[in-house]
Amino acid sequence: MFLQAHDAATAAEAAGHGGFEPVLLGWIVLLPLLGFLANGALALYAALQRTAARPPAAHAHGGASEQEQHADAHAAHPATPTDEHAHDAHVFHEPEPENGAARPFTHRLPSLIAPGVLLASFALALVNLFGMLGAELHEPIVRRYWSWMPVGELQLDAALQLDALSMLMLLVVTGVGSLIHVFSVGYMSHDPGYPRYMAYLNLFVFFMLVLVLGASYPVMFVGWEGVGLCSYLLIGFWFSEKANADAGKKAFIVNRIGDFGFLIAMFLLFAHLGTLSFTEVFALAPGQFALGGVVVTAITLFLFLGATGKSAQIPLYVWLPDAMAGPTPVSALIHAATMVTAGVYMVARSNVLFTLAPASSLVVALVGALTAIFAATIGLKQWDIKKVLAYSTVSQLGFMFAAVGMGAYVAGVFHLMTHAFFKACLFLGSGAVIHAMHEALHATHSHADAQDMRNMGGLRKYLPVTFLTMLVATLAIAGVPPFAGFFSKDEIIGAALSGAEGHSWLSGARLFGVSGRVWMGFIWGTLSITALMTAFYMGRMMLYTFFGPNRTGETERRHLHEVGPTMTVPLLALAALSLLGGFLNVEDVPIVNVFDFGQGAALHHWLHPVITGHEQIVEGAGLATEAAHHAAWPIVLAIALGLGGLALAWVLLKPARLGDEQTQPAYRSGLERVLYRKWYIDELYDGLVVRPLAGVSRLFSSVVDRGVIDGIIDGAGRVAQSLGLLAGRAQTGQLNTYAFILVLGVLGVLAGFAGFFNRLFGL
Amino acid sequence: MTNTAPLIPLSWSLALSAILFSVGVAGVLVRRNAIILFMCVELMLNAVNLAFVSLSPRVGIEGQVFVFFVIAVAAAEAAVGLALIISVFRHLESVDAKNLSLLRW
Repeated sequence: MFLQAHDAATAAEAAGHGGFEPVLLGWIVLLPLLGFLANGALALYAALQRTAARPPAAHAHGGASEQEQHADAHAAHPATPTDEHAHDAHVFHEPEPENGAARPFTHRLPSLIAPGVLLASFALALVNLFGMLGAELHEPIVRRYWSWMPVGELQLDAALQLDALSMLMLLVVTGVGSLIHVFSVGYMSHDPGYPRYMAYLNLFVFFMLVLVLGASYPVMFVGWEGVGLCSYLLIGFWFSEKANADAGKKAFIVNRIGDFGFLIAMFLLFAHLGTLSFTEVFALAPGQFALGGVVVTAITLFLFLGATGKSAQIPLYVWLPDAMAGPTPVSALIHAATMVTAGVYMVARSNVLFTLAPASSLVVALVGALTAIFAATIGLKQWDIKKVLAYSTVSQLGFMFAAVGMGAYVAGVFHLMTHAFFKACLFLGSGAVIHAMHEALHATHSHADAQDMRNMGGLRKYLPVTFLTMLVATLAIAGVPPFAGFFSKDEIIGAALSGAEGHSWLSGARLFGVSGRVWMGFIWGTLSITALMTAFYMGRMMLYTFFGPNRTGETERRHLHEVGPTMTVPLLALAALSLLGGFLNVEDVPIVNVFDFGQGAALHHWLHPVITGHEQIVEGAGLATEAAHHAAWPIVLAIALGLGGLALAWVLLKPARLGDEQTQPAYRSGLERVLYRKWYIDELYDGLVVRPLAGVSRLFSSVVDRGVIDGIIDGAGRVAQSLGLLAGRAQTGQLNTYAFILVLGVLGVLAGFAGFFNRLFGL
Repeated sequence: MTNTAPLIPLSWSLALSAILFSVGVAGVLVRRNAIILFMCVELMLNAVNLAFVSLSPRVGIEGQVFVFFVIAVAAAEAAVGLALIISVFRHLESVDAKNLSLLRW
């Protein structure tokens, strides 16, 4: 039954994809997995070698295992007391190579394998891209590999789906992923756990590709969970420090809450549609669900709960800033460019369902906008360079959710892509800064914090390439034309504005009794203010890091130098993408269309097949509106906000007056303090959720478990024991007694027989 | 050949058997000397033998066959039982069942 339906669907697709056949689609996914296996084997071999090479007694010097080396390194360089977060600080505490010997092959091979498999995947993705560009692809191509879970009604296939959206995500994941793998070679190759790191990184890419290429919700969920696992493993990569291990656990547990939502959504979908594959769900949903119905609203809200976990939105964003405990390239790849965008991808992928639930869509947009401004306020007052970028990521993800919530799916995915470019560039740049800072501090055995901007300043003289690339990315994120972020962010803000003017399918929808027009006006205002803040905190970061006098210290300064080519080349590539990526989608809007060199809104055209379902529902329900007329003033305002934010930072903040970590205290009072302490949300969650839960757990442990459960078990034992003691008294050892009891028994049996026969025969 | 001797009524034989059996049971219950106990057990066995024999004319020859089995088993039992008693006596210098109470709670 299912197979027939599937074959019919395949036949229908064959008509829709213009003769295009994907090339080695499975290998794109498989290659990173092979890389993981190879690197994982090397990591295990290296660990075995280390433990075998040194007798246990000698471990105090030189370190018998990776963990111990970290422990030693940490003991030699304790974190400063004000340092409340885990850092990359101890990356480079490589014990001096003995006898100047070259690193073992277990540390050299991953440098080839890990970026190699990624580049191969990227090449295959490019081959497929060119194939797709040649063909007009209207229907997704589904490749079915084997039957995964044939359970009664539930027929799940291990299947991959290639369409315009998957292709875009595929290119971002493998493309940006390759650059970050190359960067990692320079950044991590001195770490004792290098092969393990590369294995995790490959495994992450494998799961991410499963996520974006999966042809059904459960296959996507496998990738979804897999990337969560790799995120956990990489956040806690330096697990010998408790803060890092805790950050990993926090990420994992917070994500479980979201995954619960995703699961419930899948259950509901299956209960109402009987299928979970994308093509079938999106074909059946418009007929099965009424527009704005309760079921579809519940499904989409649960899906969005999953997205808030993975993509760090209110209320589940708290894990992402802590995730900065991992190595910086991990922050770039997983916690900025790819994994955290999975929620945006999922909402865009499920656009049919979200279109059927306008209320859910408005919730998505509102949560996105609120997250954007909330995270931006926190980013204004952080000293840790990675924290600024972490909150900036949360904020930018909010922009994306605002976009996909308002039905501007292409704008959201566009921002996802440009954000992947400039945020990866910013994170890798900060990684280069931290690397340089750390080497300088390490050379002089200073205990200062390598990630604190108060210890930086004037670095543009020492790290010119890093400075230049980060400047490009900063201009991109601030929304200064013609950098990539300008186009994507402007499209989102423009969508909110035209929605407020009544030109959106959501304009007539109502949420909490308020019309969509009002909500979208609110979102427009919020996002505009956020854009200003974004420019401000990014300007602040650049100012404190690269301008003014250097605050690192007299002796340390001599050790500051630019990082090697494995790190600068990816930076330059990402900077180029941050500069050029926006031209992919130039709308016909005043001022913006200056940059239209004939490509127009290419991304809109490219992604159009993905959102036809959305458009059909909108038209079918009579919600379609005439296109907004585009005025010039919103664009001027957007540019003014971007430039104005940077200018404000330049004018208001004086890096010259900033002391170093010791002399310049953290914000002590007022709103500054509240922002610096992140609105005390962590403390709030700790008080509202963690502590009560721990208290209830302790209560259950002491009262229910140790009292009731253990009481029942112990009681059963005691009853059996005392009954035994009692019955044991009968065993006197006296033969006569035994005989007496035996006779009694015989008499009893006889009496019974007598009664039986008596009744039987009436004797 | 006619049987002229007056037949002992069946009920008399069974009554004797029951009395003998009861005597045996009472002996097992009240006496302590292991040898007496042993003899009482034999008495019970032979009371049953008497019942078998007296019932056999009415029921069949199997009753008499069974008696031989019982005698054979009783002989074997006597051999084992007396050996045990002698062994116990060597150990404890007594055959009083009151002293044979090592296996108890």
